[in-house]
Amino acid sequence: MTATFNRRDLDFLLYEFLDLEGLLAQPRYAKHDRAVVDAVLDTAEKIAVEQFQACAAELDANEPVFDGRGVSIIPQVKTALDAYSQAGFPAASFDYEAGGLQLPCVVAQAAGAMFYGANISIAAYPLLTTGVANLLCAYGSPEQKALFLPPLLDGRFFGTMCLSEPQAGSSLADIRTKATPAGAGHYLISGTKMWISGGEHELCENIVHMVLAKIPGGPAGVKGISLFIVPKLRVGPDGAIGGPNNIALAGLNHKMGYRGTVNTLLNFGESGECHGTLVGERHKGLQTMFHMMNEARIAVGMGAASAGCAGYLYALEYAKGRPQGRRMRDKDPASPPVPIIEHADIKRLLLTQKSYVEGALALLLYCARLVDEQKTAGDPARRREIALLLDILTPIAKSWPSEFCLEANKHAIQVLGGYGYARDYPVERLYRDNRLNPIHEGTHGIHGLDLLGRKVRIAEGACFTALCRLIRADIDAAASIESLHEYASDLAAAVGELEVTTRVLIGCGDLERSLANATIYLDMVGHIVIAWMWLKQAHCASRHLASSPDQEPEFYRGKLKACRYFFVYELPRARAQMSLLQKLDDTCLTMAAGQF
Amino acid sequence: MKILVAIKRVIDANVRVRVRSDGAGVEMANVKMAMNPFCEIAVEEAVRLQEAGKAREIVAVSVGAGNCQDILRTALAIGADRAILVETDLETQPLGVAKTLRALAEREKPDLFMLGKQAVDDDNNQTGQMLAALLGWPQGTFASKVEPVDGRVNVMREIDGGLETVSLKLPAVITTDLRLNEPRYVKLPNIMKAKKKRLDIVKPVDLGVDLAPRLKIVKVAEPSKRKAGIKVESAQALVDKLRNEAKVI
Ligand SMILES: Cc1cc2nc3c(=O)[nH]c(=O)nc-3n(C[C@H](O)[C@H](O)[C@H](O)COP(=O)(O)OP(=O)(O)OC[C@H]3O[C@@H](n4cnc5c(N)ncnc54)[C@H](O)[C@@H]3O)c2cc1C
Repeated sequence: MTATFNRRDLDFLLYEFLDLEGLLAQPRYAKHDRAVVDAVLDTAEKIAVEQFQACAAELDANEPVFDGRGVSIIPQVKTALDAYSQAGFPAASFDYEAGGLQLPCVVAQAAGAMFYGANISIAAYPLLTTGVANLLCAYGSPEQKALFLPPLLDGRFFGTMCLSEPQAGSSLADIRTKATPAGAGHYLISGTKMWISGGEHELCENIVHMVLAKIPGGPAGVKGISLFIVPKLRVGPDGAIGGPNNIALAGLNHKMGYRGTVNTLLNFGESGECHGTLVGERHKGLQTMFHMMNEARIAVGMGAASAGCAGYLYALEYAKGRPQGRRMRDKDPASPPVPIIEHADIKRLLLTQKSYVEGALALLLYCARLVDEQKTAGDPARRREIALLLDILTPIAKSWPSEFCLEANKHAIQVLGGYGYARDYPVERLYRDNRLNPIHEGTHGIHGLDLLGRKVRIAEGACFTALCRLIRADIDAAASIESLHEYASDLAAAVGELEVTTRVLIGCGDLERSLANATIYLDMVGHIVIAWMWLKQAHCASRHLASSPDQEPEFYRGKLKACRYFFVYELPRARAQMSLLQKLDDTCLTMAAGQF
Repeated sequence: MKILVAIKRVIDANVRVRVRSDGAGVEMANVKMAMNPFCEIAVEEAVRLQEAGKAREIVAVSVGAGNCQDILRTALAIGADRAILVETDLETQPLGVAKTLRALAEREKPDLFMLGKQAVDDDNNQTGQMLAALLGWPQGTFASKVEPVDGRVNVMREIDGGLETVSLKLPAVITTDLRLNEPRYVKLPNIMKAKKKRLDIVKPVDLGVDLAPRLKIVKVAEPSKRKAGIKVESAQALVDKLRNEAKVI
């Protein structure tokens, strides 16, 4: 089996790029050191390869089946998840207090990358469960925590997120699921939830649904949404599992990819009382849910980057071993063909993948490290700054990899030619799996609107200003190295242009027009952010090459090449997009439905 | 019962090994290393014996460079009680390692010395046998079942003709085969507990052993590529080819 992740690159990102050992020196992480982190990653790697990757193709070919009574999933999924849980991964990044191991988020995400790249369909179950446990940690009542946290953290219960409904996906204001007060803190939940991943299965003892619903009589729109915890099987005050809570599986959705993650249409309270309890405050459900989204969004982006990485590594290996064609200058038809990696166009396809994937991984781990630093920083001003940065960076960290690491998968297929299009090779599956990422957890378009319509405007642009300031500081640091001058000044110019563009867009009095090209704005900001990540990586690599030129020089030169590629081939796209955006072009906006 | 388990650090079994272009060895730069899978089986078996109340103490030992500490930590996380690294930068070869292990056995006085049947790097399958000979202890190699019974240990061995059970008087040497058990995954909390367990580092001179290599590697080469097979029309044709072309029957 070809590796789906690059441990060398992960080590570079963790220890050189992010100075993980500096973080581990903080009192919060006193019990951990590099040896512990390496051992954790070794275990993740082993389980990912032996349990997750080994059945990825089989699971894709045999999606879960609903026979009218129950859902059946091939047995390797439960075996893999049991191995994951028994090893202690569900609790890895939770506080000691909550029964966790208090590993840094950046380590949990690095381990996650291995599971996601190996088999995202299986990894999605614990990914959702971690999200639910995070929500409970932050907003659960002491009783809710006592009942649900321990089984979520030891793998006995799995979690789901129930936001979407058939008529309400992007627009959650329009959800119809009702929560009627039934006394003693209980609510009766009724309604239909669509697209619920992990909504029904026999992989563990119980399923805990986090459900958005409206309490009758509350305010209209998103201000009337509350969050409830609703178990599949009722749980007694002593934690004992009781009878069914009347959540009916109406059917399964049959998907393009992510096939091993059962996706369900659920009817709550259709055939009897379905009980739930309120999490957080009444009518604050959406905020509560989104407050905890930082880590979930990083995880979604990480899923996208990992699929991109798996495809890239497969294509790389393939390109080294596939003889086809000859060098331009070689006119002798009897000469042996060269491996396709010798062709400039294949190198372009591989470099594009490398620069997207390793750029995305750098951003995701960078954000994860910010989450950790937010927990350890003593200075309140610094904590506030990190909160601002995460506010603006996490939607980019979700969206950019979702869009561009999918593009990387497209290129991986191209490298394999016809074989890439065949199901005997994993790259088409990776593409299909990855295609979900720009759709769920907020569509790409919705994140564009959120970034330009909200994130860059809130607190008088404080998030945006903090980001630009940080990028400039890194530009200044990198500019001290002569060979990076050109990139530093390119990026400085792009950031200057970004400020101008953003001012123009925000300054436009017509909100519709200002947001008409928000998705392009999102892609463009993403490209600038990834260029920043490459400048930082190039800075690390240059320092290494200067101080220890004999140690793995090719690895570090590869980093410099990928940086160059991104600045020369990719960053100019952001410049072109900015010039379009500054014109406040309304071609799309003014196109009438009848004109298509 | 006290058990010593010897473990070796080798290229991870999931890594595709590449021969170096100069033929002097295999590519080691940037390659992921791990505990030899057969050694892992030995550690697992020792821990299972302890969990079954049949072993009192497990000491994991390794001979090699400083970075072997990582596999010793893994053994501690699986369940060994303490660890010893005999640190050397020399290339380790079966006889030198066997002598080192003998010195450790004399120091630690275990009832059982467990090793993997071979290491997947050089596939020598020698160290356990050499150790038993040097110590003058009985040996049960290729173990697929291990059962201690008052003062002795019964070892079911995988042999060409099937299975054979030998009864060894303790102290004894056992080398483990693939089917003995399926090693567990390390649990994250145990990784942290392993940090607190004792890991001693000693030098070969402290044990009075000389690890200088006695074997020289002349050349390392890829095995020749297997040719594609063909389909034969009938059993008769197959027999004919086996007899006249392959000359195996
Ligand atoms: C495999 C899979 C798993 C999922 N898992 C879950 C889950 O576990 N829990 C859960 O709650 N949901 C889940 N979802 C649902 C997912 O979050 C929604 O599909 C998504 O939010 C989009 O909603 P929709 O499908 O109704 O599309 P719509 O909202 O109808 O959107 C259709 C298109 O219109 C665009 N659009 C919509 N509104 C606007 C607007 N105001 N301005 C501009 N463009 C707009 C969108 O960007 C999109 O391109 C899952 C979906 C899939 C496919």
